[in-house]
Amino acid sequence: MRVAENLNAALHGVLEADPTAYVIGEDILDPYGGAFKITKGLSSRFPGRVLGTPISEAGITGLAAGLALCGDAAIVEIMFGDFVALAFDQIVNFAAKSCTMYGSRVPMRMVVRCPTGGGRGYGPTHSQSLQKHFIGVPGLSVYEMSPLHDNRAVMSAMLASGEPSVFFEDKVLYTRRMYDVPDPFHSDLIPAGDTGPGVARVFLDDPEEADCVIIAPGGMVDRVTRAMRALLLDHEITCCLYVPSRLYPFDLFDSGAQDVGAGRLVPALRRARAVLVVEEGTAGGTWGSEVAHRIHRLMWRDLRRPVAQVNSLGSVIPAAAHLESAVLVGESTIYDAVLEALRD
Amino acid sequence: MTEQSAVLARPPLPDDGDLDLLLLIRHFELALLDLFGQGLLAGTTHTCLGQEYVPVSLRPLLGADDFVFSNHRGHGHYLARFEDPAGLLAEIMGREGAVCRGVGGSQHVYRDRYMSTGVQGESLPVATGVALHLKHTSPGALACAFIGDGTWGEGAVYEALNIASLWRLPLLVVVENNGIAQSTPTACQMAGTVAARAEAFGARHHRVGTTDIGVIRDELAPLVSEVRLENRPLVVEFATHRLGPHSKGDDTRPHDAVREAEAHDWYRRYAQSDADRFARADEIQRDRMAAIVREVSARPLSRWEPCG
Ligand SMILES: Cc1ncc(C[n+]2csc(CCOP(=O)(O)OP(=O)(O)O)c2C)c(N)n1
Ligand SMILES: [Mg+2]
Repeated sequence: MRVAENLNAALHGVLEADPTAYVIGEDILDPYGGAFKITKGLSSRFPGRVLGTPISEAGITGLAAGLALCGDAAIVEIMFGDFVALAFDQIVNFAAKSCTMYGSRVPMRMVVRCPTGGGRGYGPTHSQSLQKHFIGVPGLSVYEMSPLHDNRAVMSAMLASGEPSVFFEDKVLYTRRMYDVPDPFHSDLIPAGDTGPGVARVFLDDPEEADCVIIAPGGMVDRVTRAMRALLLDHEITCCLYVPSRLYPFDLFDSGAQDVGAGRLVPALRRARAVLVVEEGTAGGTWGSEVAHRIHRLMWRDLRRPVAQVNSLGSVIPAAAHLESAVLVGESTIYDAVLEALRD
Repeated sequence: MTEQSAVLARPPLPDDGDLDLLLLIRHFELALLDLFGQGLLAGTTHTCLGQEYVPVSLRPLLGADDFVFSNHRGHGHYLARFEDPAGLLAEIMGREGAVCRGVGGSQHVYRDRYMSTGVQGESLPVATGVALHLKHTSPGALACAFIGDGTWGEGAVYEALNIASLWRLPLLVVVENNGIAQSTPTACQMAGTVAARAEAFGARHHRVGTTDIGVIRDELAPLVSEVRLENRPLVVEFATHRLGPHSKGDDTRPHDAVREAEAHDWYRRYAQSDADRFARADEIQRDRMAAIVREVSARPLSRWEPCG
């Protein structure tokens, strides 16, 4: 199954299971079914609860918040994640705050979906990864789609949390297959956080015996695992990749229990000769820096070297393919970064 | 009725209930300014002095099923809905019994189907979502949002009006056009008119030029019913006057402008129309408010667990 189909099934599932659920967005109605076809079939099956809207990101995000305030579940599609900037106020100052600023908890079942990232030649305003701007907002969760997490479980977790979530979906993943990791690697899912969909791992034989630990959000899985394969074949370097579904709050670190989150991560980190955090967004105040910082705090004395961060170049994202690939994190960027981190 | 004659006429005193509520709001706001003056309140507060009659006149036109969105200048909106001066004062003072445990303060209050927030223009899109919910679940109920004239500078207002009109949602937008936004006169921040903007979206518009509560209700009752029955958004624009500062003591208006606002004050005119009855009612509400201030000030601080 392709990731897009899995996500589409998740949306069908939400609308089917919950008669108060809405999906809202621009050009999402059949037969068009959304700019990336993720909402295909929804409006035919659930007319009245799948709403094609004017081009009004702030308006429709606020509208979704209003539905959520009344107890409904609302999923908004932002056509290109870049445009979530227009809904920043509604997300940060309204939806996230409303959960807590009135003195007691107001549940808000609301998801803002953001097709994200480059690699498709859409140019500077249609290719960005804006995750970092939403990290650390009280009352707001940030998730990222991954080919290793069933979107049905992720969607349920986001809605069940009763807090608004922003869901970043790397556009390149839509056409990839679910659970597809290259030979000879395996993947599994370890529990993390309180109720979240867990952290996926990609490893060779023993996940806790790797030369290098890589932590990355879902959009990087394809590029990281291809780099892992090349490193294994070319240099016999073993890597283990950790992929949280929920980026913030930090499923990896925020649980004290031994068998989840950090409890599972620490032994692997301790054994590894290098730790890398990889993300597509530009450097500076990012999710990755926060992860690196947490690892430094968690095990400063045990680390052989500081956590290495891999980001795209601090630049706009050009449209032309050759220019775009020079800017974005790719398989070779990760490959080189691992070699560099393991040097000496 | 022209504005001039509205100023000159001495309207009959409203019913006791309405008069008491008007005076309660007036003395609530005056008490806040007084507390600020004494250094007993922190933060900011926007009083609705001069505009009290707006929510009071709307009170019988709105029901418990209706969802009300208020703004930064919302004490009158809250008091007209719940008549709970102690809870609101406790909220503003951070005392026990606060409506929202002191977390929200003056500008962020949520109770039943009433919510205020301090970001201009943010509430209208949310109100359209609520209106959509109400249309599906409790036909006949509406979402009402109070906004000022300055808030028409925000794009979110137009996104919401467009959707509300396009999707036929029961949305009532109450515009308190007091001729000023913080320090900026409306003439310096708005091109065209509220009426023309509403019309552009196919939303009905009605301008209220009087402070006479009875007249206002007669004008608005059929229009508000139409919002409920026909699911058509309605923009009601009150031509009103802000008597006090924008917030606390930040009034930089020329003296004449303040005098002009004061000339429209319902309080003065009612005081003249039935001096005895007015004076009695006024004293009762002033004393009531003073007692509430004493009682709430003596309460222990409110408690709240972060992240709770
Ligand atoms: C988005 C936003 N920008 C600026 C402010 C600061 N601010 C608070 S009230 C106000 C003036 C609002 O004027 P108006 O809508 O006419 O309401 P009034 O104060 O006259 O009742 C401003 C600029 C704000 N709260 N929100
Ligand atoms: Mg104003």
